[in-house]
Amino acid sequence: MNSLIVISILAIVVLYLGLYKAKNALLPVTIIGLIGALVLAIMEWNSGATAIFSGMMLFDNFAVAFSGLTIVSTILILLLSKTYFDKISSNVAEYYTIILFALTGIIVMVSYHNLTMLFVGLEIMSVSLYILAGIKKRDFASNEAALKYFLMGAFSTGFLLFGIALIYGSSHSFDLSVIAQYVIDRPTGIDPMFYVGIALMMVGMCFKIGAAPFHFWTPDVYEGSPTLITAFMSTVVKTAGFAAFLRLFAICFAPLAEFWMPALLIITVITLFVGNITALYQTNFKRMLAFSSISHAGYMLFAIVALGTTSVNAVFVYASAYSLASIIAFAVLIMVKEQTGGENFDNFNGLGKRNPFLAFVLTVAMLSLAGIPLTAGFVGKFFMFSTALQQYHIWLIILAIVNAIIGIFYYFKVIVAMYFKDAERKELSTSGYYTFVLGVSAVFSILLGVYPSIITDLF
Amino acid sequence: MNLLILLFFPLVGSLACLLNKNYAKQTALISALITLGLAIVLLSDFNADASRQFVVDFAWIPQLGINFKAGIDGISMIMVLLTTGLVPLIILSGFNRTFKNPSALFALILFMQSGLLIVFTALDAFLFYVGWEAALIPIYFICAIWGGADRIRVNMKFFIYTFSGSLFMLLGIIFLHLQTPANNYDIDAFYALNLDANTQGWLFWCFFIAFAIKMPIFPFHTWQPDTYTEAPTMGTMLLAGIMLKMGIYGVIRWLIPVVPLGFIEWKQVAIILSIIGIVYASIIAFTQKDIKKLIAYSSIAHVGLISAGIFAWNVEGVQGAMIQMLNHGINVIGLFFIIDIIINRLNTREISAMGGIAKVAPQFAIAFLIILLGTVALPLTNGFIGEFLLLNAVYQYQIWAAAIAGLTIIFGAVYMLRMYKNVMQGQLNELTASFKDIKGTEILVLSIICALVIVIGVYPKPILHISEAAVNGLINQVNNKLAF
Repeated sequence: MNSLIVISILAIVVLYLGLYKAKNALLPVTIIGLIGALVLAIMEWNSGATAIFSGMMLFDNFAVAFSGLTIVSTILILLLSKTYFDKISSNVAEYYTIILFALTGIIVMVSYHNLTMLFVGLEIMSVSLYILAGIKKRDFASNEAALKYFLMGAFSTGFLLFGIALIYGSSHSFDLSVIAQYVIDRPTGIDPMFYVGIALMMVGMCFKIGAAPFHFWTPDVYEGSPTLITAFMSTVVKTAGFAAFLRLFAICFAPLAEFWMPALLIITVITLFVGNITALYQTNFKRMLAFSSISHAGYMLFAIVALGTTSVNAVFVYASAYSLASIIAFAVLIMVKEQTGGENFDNFNGLGKRNPFLAFVLTVAMLSLAGIPLTAGFVGKFFMFSTALQQYHIWLIILAIVNAIIGIFYYFKVIVAMYFKDAERKELSTSGYYTFVLGVSAVFSILLGVYPSIITDLF
Repeated sequence: MNLLILLFFPLVGSLACLLNKNYAKQTALISALITLGLAIVLLSDFNADASRQFVVDFAWIPQLGINFKAGIDGISMIMVLLTTGLVPLIILSGFNRTFKNPSALFALILFMQSGLLIVFTALDAFLFYVGWEAALIPIYFICAIWGGADRIRVNMKFFIYTFSGSLFMLLGIIFLHLQTPANNYDIDAFYALNLDANTQGWLFWCFFIAFAIKMPIFPFHTWQPDTYTEAPTMGTMLLAGIMLKMGIYGVIRWLIPVVPLGFIEWKQVAIILSIIGIVYASIIAFTQKDIKKLIAYSSIAHVGLISAGIFAWNVEGVQGAMIQMLNHGINVIGLFFIIDIIINRLNTREISAMGGIAKVAPQFAIAFLIILLGTVALPLTNGFIGEFLLLNAVYQYQIWAAAIAGLTIIFGAVYMLRMYKNVMQGQLNELTASFKDIKGTEILVLSIICALVIVIGVYPKPILHISEAAVNGLINQVNNKLAF
């Protein structure tokens, strides 16, 4: 709870810092503020929280864990922004502020206990993101990304809102526990309107997490937005989307799994295949990451398809692993693009020689995304597979295996380019902040892969 | 002594190689020799009964019931000796070569050794899987960075093949885990399961595919000849000498005892595939003009016989497989080293371009001959006892299978000796006239291998003794379960 207040105030403080041209103070203040928010969030761990603000929000361990994860990811991404934003804009303060506002929405999204708060949180986050996507005002692709994102986002919000309305219509409440009780009290004879509501909300949420066939905005938006914003969208925002999705379905709709599970199962399978097969044909690294993020959404959906006791843990571990690896991938992409001018696979040629450190951390990230043991990504996939098999989704796992194999092809393309292809280019330099973020992320990717108990003990 | 020291010492060595860039190969050799020393210390404390010894067991990921549990019985002991004994030879074989970035190469080799040792000692399925993959990643990089011209495509194929296989194994492991009463990955819990025949049937394939790709068994072998040919010699030695034994070991430890009903159902198919592999690989080896490919195919044939012997599932078969794994490792490393020497001096792999080398390099010729005779299983060389036991096992299962398998051993002798004749005897040509005899570390490596070939050939009993009780125990356990 306190962390939410801190982040909201922080955003306004940063805006004022920008007003008074205190450019150098922006990053330190933001980072210190976020660390404070992180500490405050962690202090609420296991505090036996009850719903606050007339049952609007509930800061349970679920909320604390996902708040912590999103705040940490945001800190890592902001540390990368030191020189990045200066280059693309003169109004740097706005970036920090809008990212912090988006984070505010995200904290609400992971801690809501009332459907109105879900909607409010989602909108705070989304509106901030529309601006962030289009923040390169003179850039055509950035404008296109913002417009597409806005149109699709508004459209999907419509679905979500309509779903909420129908659920309210049958259960007479926005409160999650009341809705859950409504479902439990009626083993038969739930209002058909309620089912329609579930379906519409599912569509709305699938839009937000970029699951196929509602994924069409993702590649263009990811490619068009500034790379750091893409990193933010594909890690923090995605994590928040899944947390919100999982919270809703785990608390309210779990008893009705028979109704929504088959549909979600199909969505999962389509998401896996669409993401992976399209990623396979990309020559642009950033676009590849965008499609691969769709396929990762597919893996993360396993936890909701096979809703059970281990689901929360599975999503948390997977999201952590995925966020770390993605941050590395985007950070290396920024460095490579700055110094070679392009973001295709060819631009990574010979990176193993030009900068062994960058090549090594990117290898760790790619192995982690591909789900190779001894990296965090494997533990994440392992949790997902275990969760799905508990509900005997053997065919789903076999399809997932096929997809994991396809994934190897495009993740290894980067490794092949870095180590096995030569290029006549000079060495690449790395700045201190980047080295720090990359180092920390790579160490944690390996640490989580070797000894995952440090975060799997949480739930 | 603690088993963990043995498992993780190579990692320390790997790190030392990276830090000690100027003396990477020396560091690697010292590390490998210390690991061998550690294994010998373990061997001296080892009682050759059916029990598991030096067991370490502690919680690793308790929420999922995963323990770090490893231990050594007679079967594992042989594999540990194989791994720790061959790695120093492999490193020594690279002493005369120059590599770009040698510290990374030797670090990867030692990293892989750690993974291999984990695979051969793991008593927890999750740990087994992690070791299995941990051995794959380094060999991929070894082959793809230091390999031949077509290395990228070939190694991608290799990686995809083995990785797909292991994912199916992962599916099987997680499924079995969910069936165990305590929801853990303990090997004894897997052994204690009583699943119905149908389930065991498909689980058999989950594991079988992973192991069959690794060995490789026909028709999962298509990655193998290319990968062996394109890999750097040390990589080929690791692949053929040690890594393919992971598959064979997996069958003995994790396939047949875990799903005995599935095994009975598919026993015939597995043996037929193994024997097709022997025949098929022998025929192709017969027609090879490329000397490295010839050895690669002959390796498929040899492994086919080992797997046929195991799937016959009697004491002779499994014991034969145990000793033959060791022998095949020694011989194949010797052969690939011989070939590396030839290729390095002549710059060609074409058999037709060679000839008469024996005249100018007599020591080399003797070493080659001894190793070759071991490979074709001449009595009093190491290959003999293993192939004898394996054929005996297949014979007990089915006489026709044994006849076909036996015939191909004759074929094997023919194509190997013909290769020897074409390469070493006959007329010298311009290329081979300047062939220099072996010297220095080459003599050292080859004499160690030749000594092993003869010593094990003359007196194999100590090695058979190590695994005997464990093999008997395992076979009885499966038979009891089937009778039940």
